[in-house]
Amino acid sequence: MQTANLLPLILVIAVIAYGLSYMRSRAVAEPIGGIRNLKALPFYYAARAALWCAIPALVVLALWAGFEGKVIQNYVVASLPAELAPESDGQASLILSQINNVAAGKLDPQFVPPEVVGAADLLDALKQRSASFKATLVILLAVLGAAYAWTRVQPHINARENVERTLRWIFFVCAAVAVLTTVGIVFSVIFETFRFFGKVPFTEFLFGTSWSPQTALRADQVGSDGAFGIIPLFTGTLLISAIALLVAVPVGLLSAVYLSEYATRPARAVIKPLLEMLAGVPTVVYGFFAALTVAPFIRDLAESIGLEASSQSALAAGLVMGVMIIPFVSSLSDDVINAVPQTLRDGSLALGATQSETMKNVIFPAALPGIMGGILLAASRAIGETMIVVMAAGLAANLTANPLDSVTTVTVQIVTLLTGDQEFDSAKTLAAFALGMMLFIVTLALNVVALKIVRKYREQYD
Amino acid sequence: MTDQRSQAEIVRQSLKRRYRKERRFRLYGMTAIAIALLSLVVLFTDIIGKGYTGFIKTTMTLEVVLDGEQMYLDDASDKDQMSMADFQAPIITALQKHFPEVEERKDLRELSRLAGSYASNQIKDLLARQPELLGTTQTMEFLVHDTVSVYVKHADNPAYSIRLSEQQQRWVDELVEKGVVDTGFNDVFFSRGDSREPSNAGILGAIVGSLLTMVVTLVIAFPVGVAAAVYLEEFAPQNKFTDFIEVNINNLAAVPSIIFGLLGLAVFIGVFGLPRSVPVLGGLVLALMTLPTIIISSRAAIKSVPPSIREAAEGIGASKMQVVLHHVVPLAMPGMMTGSIIGMAQALGETAPLLLIGMVAFIVEIPDGFFSSATVLPVQIYLWASSAEQGFVELASAGIMILLTFMITMNALAIWLRKRLERRW
Repeated sequence: MQTANLLPLILVIAVIAYGLSYMRSRAVAEPIGGIRNLKALPFYYAARAALWCAIPALVVLALWAGFEGKVIQNYVVASLPAELAPESDGQASLILSQINNVAAGKLDPQFVPPEVVGAADLLDALKQRSASFKATLVILLAVLGAAYAWTRVQPHINARENVERTLRWIFFVCAAVAVLTTVGIVFSVIFETFRFFGKVPFTEFLFGTSWSPQTALRADQVGSDGAFGIIPLFTGTLLISAIALLVAVPVGLLSAVYLSEYATRPARAVIKPLLEMLAGVPTVVYGFFAALTVAPFIRDLAESIGLEASSQSALAAGLVMGVMIIPFVSSLSDDVINAVPQTLRDGSLALGATQSETMKNVIFPAALPGIMGGILLAASRAIGETMIVVMAAGLAANLTANPLDSVTTVTVQIVTLLTGDQEFDSAKTLAAFALGMMLFIVTLALNVVALKIVRKYREQYD
Repeated sequence: MTDQRSQAEIVRQSLKRRYRKERRFRLYGMTAIAIALLSLVVLFTDIIGKGYTGFIKTTMTLEVVLDGEQMYLDDASDKDQMSMADFQAPIITALQKHFPEVEERKDLRELSRLAGSYASNQIKDLLARQPELLGTTQTMEFLVHDTVSVYVKHADNPAYSIRLSEQQQRWVDELVEKGVVDTGFNDVFFSRGDSREPSNAGILGAIVGSLLTMVVTLVIAFPVGVAAAVYLEEFAPQNKFTDFIEVNINNLAAVPSIIFGLLGLAVFIGVFGLPRSVPVLGGLVLALMTLPTIIISSRAAIKSVPPSIREAAEGIGASKMQVVLHHVVPLAMPGMMTGSIIGMAQALGETAPLLLIGMVAFIVEIPDGFFSSATVLPVQIYLWASSAEQGFVELASAGIMILLTFMITMNALAIWLRKRLERRW
């Protein structure tokens, strides 16, 4: 039976358990003078039965569904005769996909060795056996759990406490999902990164000035090693982020100043949501805009004044990315400017300073750490942004500071390395994970520093 | 005395300059806002200007003689014959009727290229459904070839005609004049999946894929996010582990989305063996990505429920869990829902992590379940935007308009919910 069918089945059993326990708790309460003499309301007895029924069954179901594929796969591969036993991961996945295709009827059995057909039959048999085992076990668990809870519907047992404790645990597990996600991220990049550094030395990765991950298939071909120097990617990322910040910081900051100090209330009520719309536009839309409108425009403009520009320029991607992060800078600076105490403002104005002088000489210095924090957050956003650069910045890993040239970034390379034809276990695929690791570390560091600055600064005036 | 006057004099003299500075500063601020708003306007006009033609289809209505001899077909119910037959021939003949002067083989080939690549399939399908129509004359509507469609839609702009020969342009002009080639609302776009041929491609597959993915995201992220927020606000003890959880949530909110794609690739595909490019996988990854947003906004909503409510409930003997589940959570629900809708809107527009988990595949069929291969709206837009044909660029901007419509609707719903249901205490 399929997992998808088991889920509603468990639900039905849980509802039945709920109903039966509810009735039983009322029946138990009858001879001792009504439900006021039970330790808990009938609802809690019933809810406890439902939990007893559903939780163990669901946990087992989830674990089984999560690992059955892998276990069966390994078993099937292990059953292959010695001459077919795969030597590398690449071969293993080739044979596996053959077996899968034969089992699914997509591949005619006469085109593959008889051992593979045998393995496919084995796979089918194992899958069926696993499915029936799974269904039996899960249903058995659900019924047993429900039955146990049903027998425990007794007046002296405080079901409410049990239910509340269980719920608390469930809530705790949900909160811990955030931690699990972080752990998952760290583990998913760390292993592959270490394997990558087994193939490519760490120093070459960090200090190499050439990036061409295309490894040739045969060892004697030209460029068979590939080059994994991260410097061109880093400069590309920095160049685009710098252009983005050059656009976003002045525009965002000045908008925030105007909105918080000069704008009338109705104007503010209209302009603020409009600015925030810029943050809500999906990045793929910005990418489309950058690649098909801004980039050709910049190329034509540069050519008209006699400069040579690539059709995928860093400038186009950076400008559009800058527009995208304007609202981040403006809303963060807005918060910080508003957090400066009114007394400072009043004091400066009372001394005869104009509004702009107050802004420049009093509020801005007071708000500076917070604004710096906001800019760092915006920078981490720019570094991690993917779609705009994938669509508009290009793939050529040029080591250049010319904004009219085409550059590539860390995120672009991750996408390119992992969406093309993947070679198993090659340095090329592993490199993507190493880049991901770098990206994760850099953005994490930026965020931690930024949040620290912002928090420290807030305490100053609180 | 004189000293004082001179000071006042100095101040007065500098006033003009200072006011000028003040005005200039104000102007800077207004310019900044103008730049930001202008970019928004340019962005939207550009996309609408590029994309409105995506909602128009160009068709060709022809009198087709289903002549068996010409198609090498004498029994349309015979599968072998059907697979060998020439369904292009009747279209060429029908077109030739409009241009009797065209006789040369080369010119005929050019003429036949005016019809879309799937026109012959249309005849084949018709005959497969109703074999008795063989030998009759039918009036059929075909989609024209993509290049013709682009030419007709942009008749006033010579830049769009370069892919048609002069002869073809003349033919098309004549056909438009005769009313054979006509434009209409592009129902194909809303009723099909992707295709290699722009005029035949639709967005329905991507919309359904997005919908399925969002359902998975919502079902996972909303309960987990609310439960996590409740735990952190109401039950969490003040200890190191709670702090650790909070730090984690804040950091996850700022992790680049593409990292979640790596997570999906390494953990969900690598360890748990989920199939690639299915809505379940996309939904899982997006759920993890939106979780911090939902947790943070739910916590804010829970915080805004006044303590008096809690105290009143506790005062009449409710347990902590009863206070939370019977009073705090229902009162905080509008705020939680608002945050979740905004988080879902973000997830709907997210592209990067889905590229890594294989939702970028070319999929023609409309997905029919959580485990069938699918693509989603933003990825479909990305795919079309990276294609060279002008027809696909139109479709990409039309797709963007649809995506933005969905997102604006969701955000409007969130604002409406907030205005309507949120209580000020």
